Amino acid sequence: MPSYTTSQFKAGLKILLDADPYAIVENEFVKPGKGQAFNRVKVRNLRSGRVVERTFKSGDSVEAADVLETEMQYLYTDGEFWHFMKPDSFEQYAAGTAVIGEAAKWFKEQALCKVTLWNNEPLSVEPPAHVSLAVIETDPGLRGDTSGGGGKPATLETGAVVQVPLFIEQGEILRIDTRSGTYISRAKE
Amino acid sequence: MRDDWRPTACLDALRERASTLAAIRGFFAERGVLEVDTPSLAAAGAMDPNLQSLAVDYDGPGAPPGGRLWLQSSPEHAMKRLLAAGAGSIYQITHAFRAGERGRLHNPEFTLLEWYRLGWDHHALMSEVADLVRCLLGKCAVERLSYSQAFRIHLGVDPLEAPRRTLEACAGGLGMGRSALAGLSRDALLDLLLSERVVPALRDDRLTFIYDFPASQAALARLCPDDSRVAERFELFSAGIELANGYHELTDAGEQRVRFDRERALRARLGLALPDIDERLLAAMDAGLPACAGVAVGLDRLLMRRLGAGHIDDVIAFPIERA
Repeated sequence: MPSYTTSQFKAGLKILLDADPYAIVENEFVKPGKGQAFNRVKVRNLRSGRVVERTFKSGDSVEAADVLETEMQYLYTDGEFWHFMKPDSFEQYAAGTAVIGEAAKWFKEQALCKVTLWNNEPLSVEPPAHVSLAVIETDPGLRGDTSGGGGKPATLETGAVVQVPLFIEQGEILRIDTRSGTYISRAKE
Repeated sequence: MRDDWRPTACLDALRERASTLAAIRGFFAERGVLEVDTPSLAAAGAMDPNLQSLAVDYDGPGAPPGGRLWLQSSPEHAMKRLLAAGAGSIYQITHAFRAGERGRLHNPEFTLLEWYRLGWDHHALMSEVADLVRCLLGKCAVERLSYSQAFRIHLGVDPLEAPRRTLEACAGGLGMGRSALAGLSRDALLDLLLSERVVPALRDDRLTFIYDFPASQAALARLCPDDSRVAERFELFSAGIELANGYHELTDAGEQRVRFDRERALRARLGLALPDIDERLLAAMDAGLPACAGVAVGLDRLLMRRLGAGHIDDVIAFPIERA
């Protein structure tokens, strides 16, 4: 794998630290006028998402991490793995539970997701920021109540449970923000 | 449509820069310090292993034997030659150049204000630096801490005597690997602790001078006659930013040559560029550099403090990416 010297550091660069892949979030060049230069960087562990601070002596080099972000289509899950496909090459990739984590509840077949590959293996998968999903179970709607006050849980076709307004009926399609896990609106047909 | 033709600093900042330069010239005119102008291009480059000069190829008339000139990392050598020639107290506002230095507080080409006071020591010069800076930034308290005091107060260690492992322990939490830390020279380790532990702990409401640096970091300062462990060098910090670096200047040509030889040998070991030793400076010192103190102030950073700017790009028209 190629390596980067500290002078190439910038936000977004993917590097390998203690055998884990990281992305540089912030890079600050620190140098006393007459002294040794350092680079103070904030890096995000691409497995755990944790952000930590590291310091490098300027001029040192760090191994690059073979990390690639791609758009892939979600195909199906066999219960153990979630399967994705690159739309252009039809190459398929399988991601395990550890990689999918909480995102599992948002995947609907055909949806385009952001898959991050490390050494050609899925490292993380992000569902689309907004998805349209059908309500498969919720208490009967209160017709006429469009005040938006109050709410009730609704189970969606992917298994996710979100709070929705009282007027929502079973079978309706909803727009959901997957980052916050919240209801946005009824989907326009 | 590209818009990288535009300055990164707003025009108000550039007007403030102009008025700051005028104020500085007024300050020195009132005090009878002569403004001088020395070349940016010179046959000798920086010898300090922590400074890298930018080289310029020149083989035209008057070219030096190697066909290479260096953009000056500071006007120090040339100004000392003027001092040796009898110029008296002098100042200069000039661009200086340092390869590889770029960040929130750095641009490879930047502006220095440098001045020398004949017969002064570093303490007298610190007072004048404080006068100038307060005249530009407004009144505020000034504190002076020796390097050793600053470390003892803010880190609880004596930088001159503490064993290495104690210093390394102080660097814990900075996210430097154990082996990377072990690979640092003692001075580099002290630099790390000063920048990341001591300076951030200084109070923001005042100017802080740190003086009497370890002798190993003397650069061009004379050693303290009462304590050979330290050199008569100081730096000024304001709100976490290093604004100035000054010396009670070394005037002994023999000692200066020893330091150049030592630095050049270290540069060779580190595989750095090897500029020729500045024989003209040594000849001037031989002829007689008068006792003096000198200081370099980072003008861009001073402007940052004056404007409350967070990035050097906010106070210079065209940083390196747009130059």
